[in-house]
Amino acid sequence: MSEEQIKNLEKQFEERIARDEKIEPKDWMPEKYRKTHIRQMSQHAHSEIVGMLPEGNWITRAPSLRRKVALLAKVQDEAGHGLYLYSATETLGVSRDELYEQLHSGKAKYSSIFNYPTITWADMGAIGWLVDGAAIINQVPLCNTSYGPYARAMIRVCKEESFHQRQGYEIMMKLAKGTPEQKEMAQDALNRWWWPSLMMLGPTDDVSVHTEQSMKWKLKRKSNDDLRQQFIDQTVPQADLIGLTIPDPDLKWNEERQSYDFGEIDWDEFWQVVKGHGPCNKERMKARVGAWERGEWVRDAAMAHAEKKQKRQEKQAV
Amino acid sequence: MKNENLYNYILGIADNSLILGQRMGELCGHGPTLETDIACTNISLDLFGQVRSYYQYAAKIAGDDRTEDDIAMLRKEREYKNVLLVEQPNTDFAYTIGRQFLFDVYHLAFLAELQKSNDLTLSAIANKCIKEVSYHERFSSDWVKRLGDGTEESNQKMQAAINDLWTYTDELFHQTEADKAMVAEGVGVDVTQLKEKYYKQVNELLKEANLEIPESKWFQKGGKEGIHTEHLGYLLSDLQYMQRTYPNMEW
Repeated sequence: MSEEQIKNLEKQFEERIARDEKIEPKDWMPEKYRKTHIRQMSQHAHSEIVGMLPEGNWITRAPSLRRKVALLAKVQDEAGHGLYLYSATETLGVSRDELYEQLHSGKAKYSSIFNYPTITWADMGAIGWLVDGAAIINQVPLCNTSYGPYARAMIRVCKEESFHQRQGYEIMMKLAKGTPEQKEMAQDALNRWWWPSLMMLGPTDDVSVHTEQSMKWKLKRKSNDDLRQQFIDQTVPQADLIGLTIPDPDLKWNEERQSYDFGEIDWDEFWQVVKGHGPCNKERMKARVGAWERGEWVRDAAMAHAEKKQKRQEKQAV
Repeated sequence: MKNENLYNYILGIADNSLILGQRMGELCGHGPTLETDIACTNISLDLFGQVRSYYQYAAKIAGDDRTEDDIAMLRKEREYKNVLLVEQPNTDFAYTIGRQFLFDVYHLAFLAELQKSNDLTLSAIANKCIKEVSYHERFSSDWVKRLGDGTEESNQKMQAAINDLWTYTDELFHQTEADKAMVAEGVGVDVTQLKEKYYKQVNELLKEANLEIPESKWFQKGGKEGIHTEHLGYLLSDLQYMQRTYPNMEW
């Protein structure tokens, strides 16, 4: 294809997106669009899969049968999200095994929030309420993103996430209304998860690298800072309602902006965790790589059995 | 308690699902593929759902203020009535599958009979569970075949698991006093009647999976009387951790 032809295709492509048309797997797309989507969608899939670990940590110790069942179902939902996000990414011409390889080698990233430890039961509440809450704010705009398979996956993901968020909040509410010990457990979890949740919405706009292009492709519809403000404004009244205190002495309602002002985020901590030096980065990768390596003989067996079965069937047919 | 035999009988059924559900729950997030991970979590979820139905009924029978969670999480080790098979650890995926398979074949046959119970609650629970358990049985049977008939390594691993777990199969067909009393009343299932069909079905599938049928006639028992393997105590310390550490609270 000549350079001019490509320019022409690119122009038509951008126009389609501007008209809110969906791009489908078989459509022509610029290489950069494909690569950016593989990166973002697989990062999202990896986050779901690594995200199973901190909550999976409490399945065997959930305090009641009802909570155990709900937690199992939630973590299973995350596996399901991972599964269809990987499938959606595969439509861009990359295999799930390649994506795993990128995760295991450290080349691909996942959401840093999952590198924090879950040390009490209240962390199950805080993760649902805050982490899933922040994820929803990030993800709802993606239901209208330009790449069809991603947009459709996100519609389902968001429905389930909003259920998880309510479930998490309900855990916190129960604790906050419980004994002093339970309330303390809830407040402690909020203290530990609040700031990492704010960081989840990404670096501040002035240092965020991908924003402009992503806006054009509708991979991003609002800036990180706007999303963060939305999250804070939505969450502070929820904390007030159940009598928990947001661990930020600078948090104050700003009448003029009709929004909360808030304190400074420790971005050094953010970068430390992103660069692999958070409290659980090593454990999370070890768990993922370990599961993959321990499962190798199982996957080999399944392939070998499928081949044998097929050969037997062919032989029978002859 | 007026209906002590019925209460104990329900616990005898439910404890199997509780302990196996807990074992399957341990694997969540650590499976060999995403699909098997989801399936194992799903089995765990089904089993805990069943457990809740049984314990809620048992709590009603007990007629005091005990709850499903008290029954699940506040008994002592000697008071759990599950068979030894279900408490065996997830040594590797072959053990997980082998344990599941050897239990599922029994579980499915058991529920088919429990559906006929003249206790309408138990019959209704069985009716609900049997759909789930027939899926479990299909899943575990398929995997026994895959691993048995896969590679040389997988065949050896699957064989090793079956050999080790075989010793716990006979206990499935033992009757406790509560069992006998409930069979006499037309409430319980006579498990001794399930044995022949069980071994026939298991043996056929093992053969199809290129696996040897273990020849050992030495079996372990005791779980139904609360005499467990050393594995159970550790499982219970996880299961009971919150209820023991923070007694009398709502979650």
